[in-house]
Amino acid sequence: MEPQFKAIADHALLVTFAKDISDEAHAYVIALDKALAANAPQGMIETVPAMVNLLVSFDPITTDHAAIEAHVHQCVRGLKVQTSVGVRRVVQVCYDGPFSPDLDAVANATGLSAQAVINAHLAGDFRVLMYGFAPGYAYLSGVPAPIQVPRKPAPVRDVPAGSVIIAGPQCLVTTLTMPTGWSIIGRSPTAILTGDPSQPFLFDVGDQVTFERIDTATFARISKDSSHG
Amino acid sequence: MAEAAFTVSFAGPLVTFQDSGRPGNMRYGVAASGPMDRLAFDAAHAALGNTPGLTAIEISLGSLNLHCTEGAVTLAITGGDFSVQHAGQKSSSWTILTIRKGERLAISAGKAGSWAYLAFAGMLDAKDWLGSQATHSISGFGGGALQAGQTFKVSDTAIREDRLGEIMRPNFLPDGPIRVVTGPQDQHFASDSVTHFTSDTYKLTDAYDRMGMRLGGPALHLDGALSIPSEPIVRGSVQVSGDGVPTVLLADHQTTGGYPKIATVISSDIDRLVQFRSGQTLRFKAMTSQQATDEARHYATQKARYLAQISVARGSFEQRLMRENLIHGCILD
Repeated sequence: MEPQFKAIADHALLVTFAKDISDEAHAYVIALDKALAANAPQGMIETVPAMVNLLVSFDPITTDHAAIEAHVHQCVRGLKVQTSVGVRRVVQVCYDGPFSPDLDAVANATGLSAQAVINAHLAGDFRVLMYGFAPGYAYLSGVPAPIQVPRKPAPVRDVPAGSVIIAGPQCLVTTLTMPTGWSIIGRSPTAILTGDPSQPFLFDVGDQVTFERIDTATFARISKDSSHG
Repeated sequence: MAEAAFTVSFAGPLVTFQDSGRPGNMRYGVAASGPMDRLAFDAAHAALGNTPGLTAIEISLGSLNLHCTEGAVTLAITGGDFSVQHAGQKSSSWTILTIRKGERLAISAGKAGSWAYLAFAGMLDAKDWLGSQATHSISGFGGGALQAGQTFKVSDTAIREDRLGEIMRPNFLPDGPIRVVTGPQDQHFASDSVTHFTSDTYKLTDAYDRMGMRLGGPALHLDGALSIPSEPIVRGSVQVSGDGVPTVLLADHQTTGGYPKIATVISSDIDRLVQFRSGQTLRFKAMTSQQATDEARHYATQKARYLAQISVARGSFEQRLMRENLIHGCILD
């Protein structure tokens, strides 16, 4: 895929591989991100991978768009693009009682039983597309087609951190108490913001994610343990 | 080591601890945060002779009242044109003073500006997150917002008599329109929208916080429906929501988003932009990315020169009087 370049003010370059979301475009984004991490151009500050593009931000005092673009061009030529290269991460989720206020609505909307919705979610092949919105908000692709539902017409306020929410093909585990228009189907005790300085965020973009079902008692035990840790 | 202790008697919303920020985490959904007006923040430290980037307090129009309960420390207040009251004396921002046990300090909205900075000749220690004490206002991570009743300490305090008095304000900021580089989705807007954006007058609405500022003015319409995949956002991105309203994203911006962006404010105009107040009008002007780079470099040079100038201690009151006498003749009756 040949990227398109767009200058962002004086301090960033947006490298876009495709107009529409595809596994191929995302694989290119991740491959370029890794290539730049291994061989950073002089003056680069950070890169931000998204669905079809990668932002390369830089210090305009020491470099400029043309130099960064030339470097990116070179990286793209030697790019080794692979799918399924991410680490597999396990996220525990409790679908019980008060943690899944929208489970029945999703079941109704899709003509499935609540149990079938849970099974479909557990069987999903999830991948971290990008982070956004707020710290640790990782957008996962891979919600199976039978349980894809649109966003609600209006957001619900004060949705607790740890909520497992879905909208269309995407799933997200929230890290803050926030309003959301997505459907809440469970709650996870797995910390995305790990508190570990050597790996503060559980996922890297491109990682694969598997959900693992836990019951209310296990949820309570893990939540208690982590709040003491 | 000498210490000073403070109690917060009052803090309005969005009065936060800020250091120079935490770049490098945008890929995890974390904006760099740090001061809204980086020039004023840097000036406060430079004028005290501090190491750059130390934790300071960012003060919103909501104001901050402090009570010094222990010790004494020299401090600098910069940014906008805020009102300062210290131990019964009234002054304005861009000043250095020494506060002592029992004295009160109030910093509130003055004649102009939206953000002021309070830096100490000492170490202000706030909560750290990912190696920085900058507050990310939506999550509250980092140093956090100051609350009435809260206490904090400044350690390793110094009294710097040779730095007291007014701080020279930056005199190199242009006062024309805010400069932008159009895009990345400018081609998707109706042909007259970009022209409107760079020629009409916009008004800063009340919807202004550390995440961004919403503007009022002519609606900017897309040329047909546009759905773009969520893409990275930077400080200065001007995104346009479905109703045609532009919002400039700032220090605590979301890191990705799906609204089309008509332009990005050049980095050297952000310090100036954030000091506008709700209700004020502003205009935008387009420039090329090459011009924006030239501006960034020019700004960096001017800023470095200015910070170097104000970082020179002017001497004690007596020394300054003596110097004034020598240069201007006797100023004492």
